[in-house]
Amino acid sequence: MSDATLPAPRRTPFAPEWGMRVLGLLLIAYLIYASTQLDLGLGRFITGLGEGGRFLARMFPPNFERWELLLEGMIESIQIAVLATVGGIILSLPLGLMAARNLSPWWVSGPVRAFIAVCRSLHYVIVAILFVKALGFGALAGVAALIVASVGFVAKLFAEAVEEISMKQVEAVRSTGASGMAVLLYGVLPQVASRFVGFGLYQLDSNLRNSTLVGVVGAGGIGGTLFAAFKRFDYDFVSAILITIIGLILLAELVSGRIRAAMQ
Amino acid sequence: MSAALDIRGLTKEYVRGKPVLRNLDLSIGAEGITAIIGPSGTGKSTLLRCINRLVEPTKGEIRLTGAGGSIDIAKLRGRGLRLARRRIGMVFQEYNLVERLSVMENVLCGRLGYVPLWRAWLRKYPEQDIARAFALLDAVGLPEHATRRADALSGGQRQRVGIARALMQRPDLLLADEPTSSLDPRTSVEVLEMLTKLAAAEGVPVIINIHNVALAKRYAKRIVGMHEGAIIFDGPPEALQDDHLRRIYGGEDWL
Repeated sequence: MSDATLPAPRRTPFAPEWGMRVLGLLLIAYLIYASTQLDLGLGRFITGLGEGGRFLARMFPPNFERWELLLEGMIESIQIAVLATVGGIILSLPLGLMAARNLSPWWVSGPVRAFIAVCRSLHYVIVAILFVKALGFGALAGVAALIVASVGFVAKLFAEAVEEISMKQVEAVRSTGASGMAVLLYGVLPQVASRFVGFGLYQLDSNLRNSTLVGVVGAGGIGGTLFAAFKRFDYDFVSAILITIIGLILLAELVSGRIRAAMQ
Repeated sequence: MSAALDIRGLTKEYVRGKPVLRNLDLSIGAEGITAIIGPSGTGKSTLLRCINRLVEPTKGEIRLTGAGGSIDIAKLRGRGLRLARRRIGMVFQEYNLVERLSVMENVLCGRLGYVPLWRAWLRKYPEQDIARAFALLDAVGLPEHATRRADALSGGQRQRVGIARALMQRPDLLLADEPTSSLDPRTSVEVLEMLTKLAAAEGVPVIINIHNVALAKRYAKRIVGMHEGAIIFDGPPEALQDDHLRRIYGGEDWL
C-alpha cells in the first residue's frame, strides 16, 4: 500500500437521461410553434382585455327581475343532475363489477371496459348534441347524455376499486360454498361500498355542474336560458344566472362534504 | 364410516411437467387431528386447497364421505362443487375475515352455502343459525364482540372468529392452513387448544398444515410429513424421530 495511488476513475452516480432531455426540448419547440400558429400574441390579448372590460361593466348590477324563468331552469337542471346520477350509478354497479379483471373472465371484462371507455371518450356536450338529434330537444336528452358521462366515470373508478380488493377475503367466502352472487354480496361489496358511495357523491357534484351546460345545446335546464340571455346581450341577466349556479355548486359541495364526513 | 377423506393419485402441476404434488395418496379418518408438516413450498397448502378446490387438481380422486354422502370432489363443477364446499370448513393463516363486516356477519358467512340469497342480503338468517352463531362466539370466547367490525379485532380474536365461521358450516371436514403462523406463541397454543376442543365436540376431523413441529406433536394424533410433493412420513407423533425430520426438512444443523 502506497500513498501515491493513481486518481480513481470518476464514477457517475446518476445515469444521464437523454430521452427526457430530448422530449423536453421537443415540447418547448412545439409550444412556441403552436402559439405562433394560433395568433396568441400580446397585442391580441390587450385588445381582448378592453372588450372584456366593457362586457363586465354591462353585467353589473345582476338582474333578478326574471327570477321565475331562472328558478324554472335551475329546478330542471337539478332534476336532470339527480336523475342522471342515480341512473348512471345503477348502471355503473354491474358494469364496474363486470369490468374488474380480478372477478370477470377476459371475454367479459374486455368488451365492458371498451364500452366504458367509449362512454368516457366523448365530451358530455357532444353526447348531448347526439341525443338532442336522436331524442329531440328537452331534458330527456340531457339526462341521457349525463347518464353516459356518469357511467364512463363511475364505472371505471368502481372497476379499479374492485381490482384493488383483497382476494383473500373473497376466497374465504367462496370456500364456504357461497354462490357467485353471495360472494359478491359478502366478499366483494363490503370492501368497496364506502368508496362507491364516494364516487356517487362526487358524480352528483359534477353532474350538477354539467347539467347547467347541456341546455346550451338544447338538452334542457338552465343552460338554455343562459344561452338565450347571451344571444340577446342581456348580460345583467347572464350574471344573475351565473351567480345562482355558483351558489348551487357551493351548496352541493357543502352538503356532499357533510355526507362524506358522516360516512367516515 | 371408515374414512372422511380418501385421496388417490392426486397430482397438481401449476406449470406443465413440474408437479407440486406427486401422485399423492392420503386417507383421513372420521375424527381427530392430522397435522401435515414439511418445508415451505413443498405443496402442503396446495394439498389443502385442492381438497376444497380453491386450487384445481391436475389429476386424481378426492373422495369426501360424511353425513351428506360420498362424492369425488375433483370431478365436481358449479352447484355440485358449492354443495361440496359447504361441507368443508377452512381456517386461514391470515384469518381472511371480511374486514368491513361485523363479527356476526363473518360468522354467518358460514351459512352462505345454505341460506337463500335474499336472506343473506337482508340479514334475515333463520333463528337456529343466529342461535348457533351466538353459541359458537361464546365457545370461542368472544361473547361480547358480535357487533364489532372484524378489523377492530386482534390477531388471536380474528382467528377465533375464523374458527367459528368454519364450524358454522357444520362441516364434515375442517381444513386449517397454517392457522397459527401469524400468531404469537401463547395465542397459537390457545387457538390450537380451542380448535382441538371444538372439533372434538362437533366430531369433525381436522387437517392442519403447521410449521411448528412441537405444536404438531402436542395436538395431533397423526403426523404426515411431506417432502417435495410426496408423503415420506405418516404415523403417530411418538413415531416421529429426528431421522424423519432430517428427511422431511433436509439438512441437520438445525436440529
